[in-house]
Order: sequence, then C-alpha cells, then structure tokens
Amino acid sequence: MSGQSMSGPVLQVKNLSARIAGQQVVEDVTFDVPAVGVTAVLGRNGVGKTSTLRAVLGLIERKGEVLLGGERVDGDRTDKIVRRGVGYVPEDREVFAGLTVAENLRLAERAGPNGTSPERRALVAELFPDLVQRAEQRAGTLSGGQQQMVSLARALLNDNILLLVDEPTKGLAPRIVGEVAEALAHAATTVPILLVEQNLQVIERLADTVVVIDAGRVVHTGQAADLLGDPDRIQRLLGVHAGEESL
Amino acid sequence: MSTLVLLLVTGLGLGGLYFLVASGLSLIYGLMGVLNFAHGSFLTLGAFVGVGVARLVGTDTWAGLGLALVVGAATGAAAAALTELGLIRPLYERHIEQVLVTVGLSLATVALFEGIWGPDAQYLTGPPWLESTTTLAGARIPNVAFVTFVAGALVLAGIVLFLKHTRYGLIIRAGVENRAMVTALGIDVRRAFTLVFAVGGAAAGLGGVLASQYFGYVSPHLGGNLLIFAFIVTVIGGLGSLTGAAVASVVVAVLQQLTNYYLGYGDLVVVLLLAVVLLVRPSGLLGRKA
Ligand SMILES: Nc1ncnc2c1ncn2[C@@H]1O[C@H](COP(=O)(O)OP(=O)(O)OP(=O)(O)O)[C@@H](O)[C@H]1O
Ligand SMILES: [Mg+2]
Repeated sequence: MSGQSMSGPVLQVKNLSARIAGQQVVEDVTFDVPAVGVTAVLGRNGVGKTSTLRAVLGLIERKGEVLLGGERVDGDRTDKIVRRGVGYVPEDREVFAGLTVAENLRLAERAGPNGTSPERRALVAELFPDLVQRAEQRAGTLSGGQQQMVSLARALLNDNILLLVDEPTKGLAPRIVGEVAEALAHAATTVPILLVEQNLQVIERLADTVVVIDAGRVVHTGQAADLLGDPDRIQRLLGVHAGEESL
Repeated sequence: MSTLVLLLVTGLGLGGLYFLVASGLSLIYGLMGVLNFAHGSFLTLGAFVGVGVARLVGTDTWAGLGLALVVGAATGAAAAALTELGLIRPLYERHIEQVLVTVGLSLATVALFEGIWGPDAQYLTGPPWLESTTTLAGARIPNVAFVTFVAGALVLAGIVLFLKHTRYGLIIRAGVENRAMVTALGIDVRRAFTLVFAVGGAAAGLGGVLASQYFGYVSPHLGGNLLIFAFIVTVIGGLGSLTGAAVASVVVAVLQQLTNYYLGYGDLVVVLLLAVVLLVRPSGLLGRKA
C-alpha cells in the first residue's frame, strides 16, 4: 500500500461529461471512490459505465473535474494519469494479441514510486501460476479467462493507488469468475478498486459501495448491502432481479 | 543467360534502395496510421548533405563514402525527428491533417532544395571499386548493386532485431496493435512516434547517399522519384508490414528491371501489379486483413 491518506477519497469525479462522435455518453457524473475497499459501478448495458472509466483516464475527451489523491488530473494525458498510480483493466481485456504473455507483462511494468517491485512480480506469479507457465505463448492464443488474467496481472504488477476494472467477469465460465473474484478480493486488501460489474453475486462478494448509472447519469449511490437487500430498487435501477445471473 | 543474371542482380540492388525508403514508410504507417509524403525529402536532404560533406574529402574515396553514409543517415534522422516534433505531433491523432502536412512539406522542401542546390542533377564519382563491375555467371554486375542490396538487408535485420529485443521495440509492436492501450499502461507513446520517424529518416538518408552512388547523381527530385515506388512497394507488401515491404521491394524492382529490358514500360507494369494486388488482395501480400 502506498502512503495514501486513509481520510479523503482516492478519486473524486465532479460533473464529468464526455461525448463520443458527437453523442453525449457521460452526463454530469459525480461520485467519490473511498481510499479503501471496492466501489462498484452498476447500470444497464450501454448506459455509459465504460465511457465513465475511459473519461476518467482521458481516453475520451471529457469536461468536468477528476481529482486523484486530491489533485486535479483532468488536464493530464492518459499516460501521465496512469503513472500517478492507476491500474486499468479494460472491458474485453485488450491484451496485445501479437505479443507473448511475458511481453505483455513486461510492457506493463513501470518505474518509479508507484511502479513494479520484485514483491509485486512475486505476487502476480503467485496469483496467476498459469501465466508463468505460458510466458512464451502469444497472448492472442490464450483462452478468454487466461487473457483476463493477463489483463489483471498488468494492473497488479504496479504498486497502484487505484484500480479501474471494467467487467472482469464478462463472458467467463462460473469457475473462472470465482478465480477472478478471488484475485480482486486479494488485490482489494491493499488498493482501492473502482469496479464495473454486472454479476450481482460478484458485487455482493466484493463491493462496499455502489454507484448506479443510467443514461449517462448517476441515479443512485450508497452502501452495497443496502442496495442488494432491496430487490424492488434493484429491479427499478438495473432491470434485473437480485440473484438473477446477468449476461 | 548473362543478361538475365544482370537484370536479376541489379533488380536486387534497386530493391534494396526501395526498401530503405519503404521501411520507414511502413514503420510510420504501422504505428501512427500516417502515410508520410515527406519521406522522399528526408532522402534527398540526406543525399545532398552527405555527399556535400564527402566532397570535402573526395567522393571517390572510401573515407568520403563512409562519411557520406554516416552524415546522410544522421541528417535524415534529424530532419525526420524534427518533422515529427514540429509538424506531426501538434496534430496528434488527426490523421488526415497529418498526411496533408507531409504533402505540403514535400512540395515546399523540393522547392527549397532547388533554391539551394539548383534544379539540375549534380553528378558524382564514387570509389573506383563501386564504379566497376564484378563478373558473375558471365554477367558484368555493377558493384554498387551488391552494396545497395546488402545495405537494405542489413537495415531490415537491424530493424527486426530492434523491434524484437528492445523496450522501444516492444512499445512499437504493441502500439501497432493498440495505441490507446499502450498509453493506458502509462507509456508516452509519442516518444515512440518520434523514434520511428527518426529510424525511418535514418534509413532514408542512408538510401539517399546510396541512391546517389547507384544513379551517379544527386538532384532535388531524387527522393520524390524513389518515393513513388516505395509507396507502391509498401502497399503491395501490406501497409505497415515490414517483411511485406521487404519482399515487395525485391519483387517490384526485379519485375521492373526485367520488363524494362524485355518489353519496355517497366513502370507501367509495376502500376498494373499494384492494381492487381489491390483487386485480389486489398490488404497486400503480408498485410493484416482489412
Ligand atoms: N466508439 C463509439 N462510437 C459511438 N458510440 C459509442 C462508442 N463507444 C460507446 N458508444 C456509445 O456510448 C454509450 C455508452 O457506452 P458504454 O460502453 O460506456 O456503455 P456501458 O455502460 O459500458 O455498456 P456495457 O454494459 O454494454 O458495457 C452507448 O450508447 C454506446 O453505444
Ligand atoms: Mg462497458
């Protein structure tokens, strides 16, 4: 854990808006990510969850304020924000298919205070023994679950102050979903995570607080337990019944 | 038979020259998605400056040639890096504007070169061995053809090793696949942009000095003339594919030599080949499927 103060939120998003190809996909979004635990972002398909993460990172053009550890970063380039200690696990993994597993991981290693250390490498090797074995395999030939492990490992290799993780269990078999949740639970003991997730069982296991987005706007924030214990509200906000598997 | 050997080997030599230009085009397009129309100007500038410096020691000495190659490559690299920093980078991710800037730069620099060095070709004499021939299977092959072919092969090997075994090589290979994800790993991918421009510019500058040996002159249009064929080679090989560009360089140059000798119209045949490749395999010989 870096010397992040436990008091203030690690990430503050204020009145964030973003557009893609002229269309408003994030509208006036405001929420905080506490310095410990998992904050889950929920919402139906296409409401702007991924776009919110991408806007925080500056991967799409955005307006509004983004504060990381209390400092404004919304004017910074993506790579600079990331070097402040943000690990990003994108939707659909985005591993480099033509590079080997080892090359994917080597590329993710950063120097500097929030960077890679021998302890971190050891942790990743312990969490994902499969990747050690497949170091020389091209990432494009890995199974979906293995690619997700590469994507998670890239974020866990560095001593980040925040992880942005987008639907890490999407399209994975139930057993692999469990493994991914396990790895995230382990990570969450040392670094706060902003997690986009549709699987309510995973949310129940990992999330402390929730932010619900609809049509580009925040429509609910609160304790995860409160939301999960209120099936009517889940139905209203997410259009699914509690305990029902979502795709 | 001896004519065929002569045409084949001079074709390989010409292919080496094409590749020295096409390698940079291919690297730059692969990583940045920009077709660099100013690439010929890096070649011309490298040739003029390299040969100009060599004249101080004598272009017909090995020292003069060695100096020309080093200075030509350095000039090409510097010009390319400055172009990227000053003109391409401010237009980050605006590919159409970036291409237009390179078009403008190529037109302006040719006029500038004409202003400085005059519009006509300046002839030069290389070291005696380069000016003479070696007999191979009855064919008297100009030695310069061996040199340009070997230079092209060495540059190919050098770039491949660089891409495979260095950190920047890794960043470039990853960036070709997914630039945004490279930045999302905390890497300033723009440095890799400058670097591919510099590497491509160095190869072009080297190509400029060797082209002036191969053709026996330097002129403000040297780069532009080669650039046309380098573009064709890059497209036939598959935009962004380095090995594709290497294969296509040799195929195009040999075909050009053969048809020029036996039928005439070598350039026309090359354009026809381009058309056929675009119709049958639009992504090029080794290009990724569109
Ligand atoms: N590249 C793009 N071009 C045009 N529209 C886009 C693009 N990317 C996203 N959008 C649109 O932006 C809106 C928000 O998309 P986003 O991916 O942020 O949703 P999401 O909440 O992550 O959805 P999901 O749960 O399906 O992952 C959608 O309407 C989508 O169609
Ligand atoms: Mg999404």
